[in-house]
Amino acid sequence: MMRIDSNDDGAVVIIGSGAGGGTLAHELTRRGIKVVLLEAGQRQSLASFSQVPGEAFGQLTWLDPRTQSGTWGVAKDFPGLPVWTCKTVGGTTVHWTAATPRIRPWEIRARTLYGPVAGTSLIDWPVSYEELKSYYQLAERRLGVTRRNGNPGMPASNNFKVMYAAAKKVGYKRVHTNHMAINTRPRDGRGLCIQQGFCVQGCKTGAKWSTLYTEIPRAEATGNLDLRIQCMATRIEHGADGRVSAVVYRDSKGAEQRQKARIVCVAGNSIETARLLLLSESARFPQGLANSAGQVGRNYCHHISGFVWGTFEQPVKFWRGAVLAGIVEDETVNEPKRGFVGGYHLELISLDLPTLPLVGLPYGWGRDFAAIMEDYRNMAGMFICGEDLGRADNRITLDPTIKDAYGSPVAHVHVDEHDNDKALRKHAQDQAAKMYESIGAKRVIRSLTPPATHNMCTARMSANPRDGVTNAWGQTHDINNLFVSDGSAFSSPGSANPTLTIVALALRQGEYISRQMAAKNI
Amino acid sequence: MNSARTTDRRVFLQSATGMLTGLVAAGSPLALFAPSRAWALDLTTLTSPEGATVLAAARTIAPHDKLEDAAYALVVHSIDASVAKDEGLRRQYQEGLARLGANFASASEPARVEALKAVEPSAFFQALRTNTLQVLYATPMAYAYFGYEGEAFSKGGYLFRGFNDLRWLPDVPQADSGPVLGSA
Ligand SMILES: Cc1cc2nc3c(=O)[nH]c(=O)nc-3n(C[C@H](O)[C@H](O)[C@H](O)COP(=O)(O)OP(=O)(O)OC[C@H]3O[C@@H](n4cnc5c(N)ncnc54)[C@H](O)[C@@H]3O)c2cc1C
Ligand code: SF4
Repeated sequence: MMRIDSNDDGAVVIIGSGAGGGTLAHELTRRGIKVVLLEAGQRQSLASFSQVPGEAFGQLTWLDPRTQSGTWGVAKDFPGLPVWTCKTVGGTTVHWTAATPRIRPWEIRARTLYGPVAGTSLIDWPVSYEELKSYYQLAERRLGVTRRNGNPGMPASNNFKVMYAAAKKVGYKRVHTNHMAINTRPRDGRGLCIQQGFCVQGCKTGAKWSTLYTEIPRAEATGNLDLRIQCMATRIEHGADGRVSAVVYRDSKGAEQRQKARIVCVAGNSIETARLLLLSESARFPQGLANSAGQVGRNYCHHISGFVWGTFEQPVKFWRGAVLAGIVEDETVNEPKRGFVGGYHLELISLDLPTLPLVGLPYGWGRDFAAIMEDYRNMAGMFICGEDLGRADNRITLDPTIKDAYGSPVAHVHVDEHDNDKALRKHAQDQAAKMYESIGAKRVIRSLTPPATHNMCTARMSANPRDGVTNAWGQTHDINNLFVSDGSAFSSPGSANPTLTIVALALRQGEYISRQMAAKNI
Repeated sequence: MNSARTTDRRVFLQSATGMLTGLVAAGSPLALFAPSRAWALDLTTLTSPEGATVLAAARTIAPHDKLEDAAYALVVHSIDASVAKDEGLRRQYQEGLARLGANFASASEPARVEALKAVEPSAFFQALRTNTLQVLYATPMAYAYFGYEGEAFSKGGYLFRGFNDLRWLPDVPQADSGPVLGSA
């Protein structure tokens, strides 16, 4: 294993090995750039993934405390677990269900298209769709996305048959087995999907793309990667010139270490990215790094999400098959006459038996609750994924009292829902209910809002430095050798599951950083 | 399942604070998953009446009439194990269970529902509810009862074992889905 000296100030230090950080590490190392990749979690493998749902959750999930407030349901319903992310090599791409739709061209012009919506902080992306599109194409090739580039679509599962029949019955036209970063045939040295339905517990065939067994081993094979596991970055330091110069972290034994750096890229998944920038305050940057405009942590978006279940007279066995392989795209339009701006996707979903009552159902107990569970076999499910609108005060801050094991304040997540969010959710739930009812559902059940799995916009790209944290390449406005390399950099969330866009931006950023390094600009 | 053991292990009678026993119905498919027809659960911290109250409360929270007591007993086991490790939790449970009253386990279901509703806002009830759901639906007996097949990797997934065997709705056109590779 390649080891970079801690005093070597020529390397790029990347924090976090998930979708953003893992991809960027590969992009830089394959271009001959030396990278130190710090990952707080442990390294699992296809063989070590537990297939016991509760155990898998403990094996992979980020369980350090986080606190929360605001009017969103999660604050009350899931105390201590506002968001659901991983702490492991590969980050949340170990857990993810691999749906990879693109953000729509109009969604990256939210401010222009939606207008000045009161109580929001909308901006347009500082990137053209034409440019984004070429990186989407690269990302789709890299991930082997289905229904693109000649990759066959996912076959229809039982759960999808229900979704499809229901969608057609209510007149939806754009319904298919989704774009998925899952092999439908052996590809890229990995096998095909055998429809286990254990995507969230870690895909033991490796059919599902994860940086754990694609980008990271490839980066290692270049000889340019120094991956340090169980190493938690606690602050980023800067020199007298105001440029970042080193990352301080705790190693697997809890000892403090310092790695010098030429460039630092933060990819800790929005909550932790914002937290680390805030934790890195100094005399020169008392509000934290890259925060001269006070924008770090603000405009937090998480998608309007939730489950809608239909129970039927006959069996569905929705746990069989890839979890998210189905989509209705007809509502992914901006049609303010529906009573809200922005759009949403309805996607297929199932939950394993132990998880369903914990996150998938409305609060309840007793006969009525049990009656829903009794129909587990006959249940079909959909996941709502809709655009939420950025608000300046929906934000990540440092908790004033609670600290982690190393004495650093934990992240506090505050979200007040906008009326637009509520209207979109209601519309999506009503449409999903109408779908299942149209084909004779016995009962339709709407869930609580679950802990956020999509986290975005907390260090957003902005044309004007006053409105955000980074420029169009994720390079911070304030410090030219400090980058944001994950979903934090989205200018707005759109309604597409975020990971394909995170990867596309990381591919683009990798190119940019290597060019800037070659030109000695950074 | 290692704590639901057969009653003839006399050792429990000496060491246990409390004990719960029961019988899995003969011929029940669950008998396959229970370690033996007769089961006994030795409690380390809760008393027998407290254990019986927890079992009755778990049945009231998640009432599945045909699901054996043996599955609910695992909820009792889990709560007993957690209160053994945590003094604060033990007090919370003991006080909460006391509020449910000595006759809770033998009361009618509507009476048990009323008693639980009265304590619903408490941290005790919320912990009890979460624990019940967490443990009950993760037991092999619940898997069997609800028809959930669980881990499938070792059996080759469901690709050729029914991921698409639903016949009561039309099949999806190929254009909107994809081929099952490897099949005819
Ligand atoms: C159950 C589930 C299903 C999902 N399904 C989908 C889906 O179908 N489609 C989709 O597009 N998205 C999905 N997502 C979301 C997707 O996983 C994330 O969008 C994506 O992984 C985010 O990438 P990231 O690089 O920002 O962060 P992550 O992938 O979360 O990686 C961040 C890594 O950084 C590490 N880290 C954080 N802070 C530090 C620190 N200070 N020092 C060192 N390391 C640190 C963490 O341990 C973690 O490993 C899903 C998420 C979940 C939970
Ligand atoms: S359903 Fe497919 S992608 Fe999901 S875990 Fe199984 S093999 Fe992997």
